[in-house]
Amino acid sequence: MTARDYSCVVTLLLDRSSIVLEAGKEYLVEARLWPLARRHGLASVSEFIQRLRAPGSGGLIEEMVEAMVTTETSFFRDIHPFKTLLDTVLPELIAARRNDRCLAIWCAASSSGQEPYTIALILREYFPELADWKITFQSTDLSHDMLRRCRAGNYSQLEVNRGLPVALLMKYFRQEGARWQIRDDVREMIDFQPINLAEPWPAMQPFDLIFLRNVMIYFDVETKKSILAQISRILRPDGYLILGGAETTFYLDVSYKRVESLKGGYYRLAAK
Amino acid sequence: MRTLLIDDSRAVRAFIRPILRELNFEVIEAGNGQEGLDRLREFPDTALILVDWNMPVMDGLEFVCAVRADQNFDAVRIVMVTTETESEQMNRAMMAGANEYVMKPFTRDVLVAKLSLLDVFGA
Ligand SMILES: C[S@@+](CC[C@H](N)C(=O)[O-])C[C@H]1O[C@@H](n2cnc3c(N)ncnc32)[C@H](O)[C@@H]1O
Repeated sequence: MTARDYSCVVTLLLDRSSIVLEAGKEYLVEARLWPLARRHGLASVSEFIQRLRAPGSGGLIEEMVEAMVTTETSFFRDIHPFKTLLDTVLPELIAARRNDRCLAIWCAASSSGQEPYTIALILREYFPELADWKITFQSTDLSHDMLRRCRAGNYSQLEVNRGLPVALLMKYFRQEGARWQIRDDVREMIDFQPINLAEPWPAMQPFDLIFLRNVMIYFDVETKKSILAQISRILRPDGYLILGGAETTFYLDVSYKRVESLKGGYYRLAAK
Repeated sequence: MRTLLIDDSRAVRAFIRPILRELNFEVIEAGNGQEGLDRLREFPDTALILVDWNMPVMDGLEFVCAVRADQNFDAVRIVMVTTETESEQMNRAMMAGANEYVMKPFTRDVLVAKLSLLDVFGA
C-alpha cells in the first residue's frame, strides 16, 4: 500500500464517520480491507483503494467504512455500568417515573447487539414491574452489517460464553447447534436503526438513559463536542449519559458532571 | 483467596493456573473429583472452585453434588469448566449447585469475565 493509498483511507474515514486513524496503522487497513478486496475480486488492498478514488464509488466507500470500524463488544462489558444500572439507576428512575410509567433508552453504538441486549435482559429479569410500562428502546449503529446482527440476535458459543451469566443464557436463549438465539420477546423490546453519529441526526425524543460507550474514543475533538452538545438537548435533566471506561466529557463539554458515587461512567447534566 | 482447580488435563490446568494467579488467587489443584474433595477438606476455606466435568474416578457433576451436600461448603463458589455445551447439561450442573458455567474452548477474557461476574453480581 502506498502512502497515497493510506492517506486516501484516512481522509475518507474522517470525512464519512469522523473516525481518526493515526499514522502507522497501515497493517490495520491491510487486515480489515483485504477480505473486502477479495470479495470484490481484486488482487490487493491497493487495487481496492484505487476503486474508492474512482467516481461513483459511494457504495464501496460505505463498505470500506464498515470494514474499518472496531466492533469489539461483549455482554456485560466492564460489568460495573450494569451493576450500577441494576442496583441504583433503574430503581431510582422507576420511582421517579412511577406516574408516567414511561422509560426511554438509547444505545448509540450497538455493534453486534451485546450491549443493548444486556440492558434488555436486566429490564426483563430484574424489573418485572415494567411489564405494563411504555419502554422506548432505540439502539443504533453506523454499520448495516452490525444492525443485521443485532436484529438477528444470534450468537456464537464464544460470544455467549463471554460475560453472559449462564442463568440468563439458559432462560433467554434457545440453543441451535453451536449457536444461541435470543428469545423473540427480548428482541422485540428493541428498535434497531442506522444512525451515523458524525452526520446530522434525525429528530429524537428525550431519553432517560443514553449509552454511548466505546465509540467516542475513535472521533476527533470537534465531533466529540458536537455529539455531546446534541445529547445535552435530548437527555432528560434527571437522566444519565453512560460513557466507556476510556471516555469522558471533561475538557469537551462543561454542561455535564460525572456522578462520582456511581461506578461505571455515569454522567448527568449539571444544573443550569 | 484460595481457589481449587480440578481438571484431569495438565494442559488445561497449565492454561488456567497463570490466569488465576494473575487475579491474585492462590491456586491448589486436583486431577479428578475425588482428589478435589480431599483437597477441599484439607483447605476448607477455599473460596472458589473451577471444575471440569468429564474426569476419571469422580466426575465434575458428582463432585458438585458432593460439595453441595456438605453444609460446611455452602459459601464456596463453583464454576463448571467443560466441553459439555448442551443446554440440558448446563441445566443439570446449575441444578446440582454450580454457580457459573464456562464452555470449552474458551479464552482468557472469557474466564476473567465469568469470574468478575461472580465477584460483582454474586450469582
Ligand atoms: C467498539 S464498538 C462499541 C460497542 C458497544 N457500545 C460496547 O461498548 O461494547 C464501536 C461501534 O461504534 C460504531 N461506530 C463507529 N463510528 C460510528 C459513527 N460515526 N456513528 C455511529 N456508530 C459508529 C461501530 O460500527 C461499532 O459497532
